[in-house]
Amino acid sequence: MDILIYGVINSVSLALMALGFTLVYGISRLPNFAHGALYILAGFLSWVGFRSLHLGYVLSVLLSLALVSLLGMAMYRFFLIRIRGMPISEIIASYAMGLFILEGLRWRGLKGMTFTLPVVVPGSVDILDVPVDYQRLLVVAIGAAVVLGLWSFTHYTRLGLALRGIAQDEQAAMMLGIDSDVMATVATGLGSALAALAALVLLPLGNIVVETGYQVLIYAVAVCIVGGLGSWGGAVLASFLIGFAQIITVAYIQSHFQVVVALLAIILTLIVRPSGLFGRQKELEERV
Amino acid sequence: MGPEEVSSVRTLGKDMSSERPILEVEGIGRAFGGLQALRDVSFSLWPGEILGVIGPNGSGKTTLVNVITGFIKPEQGKIRFKGREISGLPPHRVADMGLVRTFQIMRPYYSLEAYRNLIVPLNSPRARRMGLGRWGERETVSLDILEEIGFERDSFVPYKKASALPTGYLKRLELARCLALKPEVIIADELFSGLSASEIASLVPLIEKLQMSGMTFIMVEHRLRELFSLANRVLALDFGTLISQGSPKEVMENPRVREAYLGPGGGD
Amino acid sequence: MEVQRRKERIDRGIKVRTESIYAVSSREEAAYLLVPRVSLILGLLLLPIVVQNPYWHRVITVVGVYGLLAIAFDFLAHFVGLVSLGGALAIGVGGYASALANKALGVSSLLAIPLAGLVGGALCTMLLLPCLPLRGIYFAIVTLMYPLVFSRLIEALNILGGTDGIPGVQGFGNPWVESYGIILMLLVWLFGLRRLVNEDLGLILRGVKDNDQAVRASGISVTRYKAVAVFISCSMGCLGGAYLVHLYMWAGISLFAMDFSVIPIAATVIGGGGTLVGPLVGSLILVPISELLREFGTLRIAFYSLILMGFIVLRSEGLMVWAQRRYHQFERWVRI
Repeated sequence: MDILIYGVINSVSLALMALGFTLVYGISRLPNFAHGALYILAGFLSWVGFRSLHLGYVLSVLLSLALVSLLGMAMYRFFLIRIRGMPISEIIASYAMGLFILEGLRWRGLKGMTFTLPVVVPGSVDILDVPVDYQRLLVVAIGAAVVLGLWSFTHYTRLGLALRGIAQDEQAAMMLGIDSDVMATVATGLGSALAALAALVLLPLGNIVVETGYQVLIYAVAVCIVGGLGSWGGAVLASFLIGFAQIITVAYIQSHFQVVVALLAIILTLIVRPSGLFGRQKELEERV
Repeated sequence: MGPEEVSSVRTLGKDMSSERPILEVEGIGRAFGGLQALRDVSFSLWPGEILGVIGPNGSGKTTLVNVITGFIKPEQGKIRFKGREISGLPPHRVADMGLVRTFQIMRPYYSLEAYRNLIVPLNSPRARRMGLGRWGERETVSLDILEEIGFERDSFVPYKKASALPTGYLKRLELARCLALKPEVIIADELFSGLSASEIASLVPLIEKLQMSGMTFIMVEHRLRELFSLANRVLALDFGTLISQGSPKEVMENPRVREAYLGPGGGD
Repeated sequence: MEVQRRKERIDRGIKVRTESIYAVSSREEAAYLLVPRVSLILGLLLLPIVVQNPYWHRVITVVGVYGLLAIAFDFLAHFVGLVSLGGALAIGVGGYASALANKALGVSSLLAIPLAGLVGGALCTMLLLPCLPLRGIYFAIVTLMYPLVFSRLIEALNILGGTDGIPGVQGFGNPWVESYGIILMLLVWLFGLRRLVNEDLGLILRGVKDNDQAVRASGISVTRYKAVAVFISCSMGCLGGAYLVHLYMWAGISLFAMDFSVIPIAATVIGGGGTLVGPLVGSLILVPISELLREFGTLRIAFYSLILMGFIVLRSEGLMVWAQRRYHQFERWVRI
């Protein structure tokens, strides 16, 4: 039973981590390899605001959300836009940016137990005889809210529909007057904000360390590949598959193997069904 | 010359009744998302003939080529080449068997010189099996093929990088790439597009000569006049279905074909 | 109407003359071809003699290892079309393989290095096999992930020495062997690869980079050739990793460090991609700077990332590409 509960929590956590990345790739085909860096940066900024500047929890959280989102948009608007359309350069450049942030933070001392954020609501509750922190419940709640929110946003608001349009067929959307660069900037901002949100709700459960940044990137990419590059539904399903696989591994083998599960998931997907669960076939090979 | 005058000229020199088709396409179907690109397409290709494939844009011609040569898998149907089933085989296996193609969007190796573009296929397992380019001979063989297709031999043209060559030469290079494999069937996807009338006129005798030496062709074309001067038979596609098959004259007189090209109430 | 001008570039006469086989018949033309090559070879060979300081002596060796990695990266990226973001994978696999061969199997260091190069290369190729039939982005992603995952695995499972690593690996015994071993390897690989890319195998690989569908349409299995290229590139990296392990006489998680993934890319971008010698030049520049910045710890990586970002975004062509252009061509303004 605890596998079920922890499985759900882990899966939702993974989904939260991955959705920002999936969003940006799904909409503008931009692999943002600075995703993990933005995640940790959000935690760090929040820490600075709360512990160092004593701005109060809520204000720190909101500020770091806003700042990271803006940074993401700036990254696109001033750097990535120049190499748009060259996927390898995009990966290298965004990875370089992520490295810059993460290694800069590491130099600044972001390791060990020093940097922590408090949970929103301390304490825990028993669900079906399984102890669950309130923070973890919050994670599930926010995760569900994000998925629902994203879905309704992209189906019912003008901006969201425009984003979906670009995701489905960039050329057609452009012909309808939707500016793909503006949309890409919005998407990157949104994706960064999601990364920040995930960080702010997940990091209180542990410490803020640079290693997590790389880990989040690995998980986000794994979810994306298993779910199918560009498919949001696939990403959610993939998070559950990988999430449960990880929890089962922790329960029956060893907790250290969690990362291996992610890697194995990637390799297995590439061998068996490279387009992922819901990916579209043409993602794989060049158009003939 | 319209198709009416031409069709009587291009009958095959030999009696086809005892031969087996070299390529049999049965019931091919393929969809992309909601779009049915090919629907129940069936035809046979006889050795030594030139089969034209026509149809308006979007009718599925290139998809058909991709499916036959293995670049896209068919969802329904079978394809048999020389009696062996090839549906679902990867493209390099199909090419290895002697069924090669050119690309509608030209794909030379831009960073390599023209003659080196041919050294790549001369290194394929097929070329090696057939002894087409032994070590040390490859450059010569490559220059020979280029001369055959119209590159001036003792000029600098074969040594220019492909990126520096004009369209006319690149199209010939595409054809040369196929010839380097000594294929049995060449599927030419819009070989004539982008060429001037005189450039096409200089390619036509080459194709005739190849046919005379036993090569079979499928030619997907938009340039109907030039195609009909070469083709023995023609297929017409529209919206993924085969709407007509026969001699060029028969196909062009088919009202459905006229309608596909010219719209409803199609002209006379 | 104002006069409009554009820049025109023409091959120098001497370059055109040296392209034919008669290049060796004239002293001037022979010199044109030989001077750059010979100065490179001589320069590299003289380096360990000229540099007296033992600390910087070691740096030369490290430059050599990074140079090897960078050339391997350039080969894969600009001649085959596969961008590897995980140089650290080859270094780590090669390094641990050599350490294990040396300590567990008792193989001497001079034998262990080539052994690690071969075995490590094969292992890396197998690990990367699933992404070879797919588009380049998958290769980039997977090469990025492997070193991160492996270092985590070693640390978490405490295998292969865990965070302490494998100490007591046999060294080279002779400082000259230590310095010249890598330089000779470097020169052999550099000139060997330059030859290879003009031979049949190399032409096919360059064809794959330009247009893999056309290569398939010629009846050639692209996946097989990509695997060969990956094997070559990873073997080079594994040789480098093995060399490092015997240099420091220790193998540890730091073999999977980001440095080994980032510096080759930065060196190639700075030195000029597609030239095979450019990445070497880039390493000659970057690695000493990296050593000077050693006290800044991992901020160095942040620094390279910045450089890398700058070059990519500005789409600079790199040092050697510029230099080769100046050497082979002259520019002038012409009226339109």
